[in-house]
Amino acid sequence: MMTEVHSTLDARNLSCPMPVLKSKKALKAIEINQILEILATDPGSMADIPAWSRTTGQELISSEELGPKNFRFLVKRLK
Amino acid sequence: MSKDKPKRMAIISANGTLDAAYPPVILASTAAAMDMEVAIFFTFYGLDLIHKKRSKKLKVSPIANPAAPMPVPNIIGMIPGMTGMATWMMKRWMKSANVAKFEELRDMCLESGVRFIGCQMTMDVYGVKEKDLIEGCELGGAAAFLEFAMDADITLYM
Repeated sequence: MMTEVHSTLDARNLSCPMPVLKSKKALKAIEINQILEILATDPGSMADIPAWSRTTGQELISSEELGPKNFRFLVKRLK
Repeated sequence: MSKDKPKRMAIISANGTLDAAYPPVILASTAAAMDMEVAIFFTFYGLDLIHKKRSKKLKVSPIANPAAPMPVPNIIGMIPGMTGMATWMMKRWMKSANVAKFEELRDMCLESGVRFIGCQMTMDVYGVKEKDLIEGCELGGAAAFLEFAMDADITLYM
């Protein structure tokens, strides 16, 4: 299945809790069933973004470590 | 996970130092981003965190603070200017670690619907007027906070 990204949030060089706070804002700005791409450098985001998407009922499509301090997440807005 | 009734977090913020200022606003803003209902009760020294003027001058104490990244002996910490020095150092470290400013996190709280309750009794003790507090605060006492906290899933004292 093709995953089409509708919006990208550049949360690089932001520390906890900013990546989550900005993700929330960015997710509100897209439509339901659309996909948000999140780029981050905060190692804590590997635990935080999945926790945030689980508790808020969104779908975490993928979380990748592209390199040292280089993370990418795809979150689908479900509600 | 989130059913009909949202989860709720109630925080009591009772300290007015820069290091103590961060945890309440970090947790509250994040909880709001996780669709929780949040209220912070600012009481005693914690009232400084929502005081227009005093919140701009929050400091870290170098005295009796062995957990500081660069601990100084108490006798050195007593020297005039050391509190300013410790505060400057902490701000520098936070900035180099890309941590947001306290005011920015506090704004994000209010923006995302976190309720700020200023303790009326503390205000009376310190002679703080409602106009001295930042925009968006409510005033209340123990009962006002407890009414909210009664149904809280998480309650924290900071």
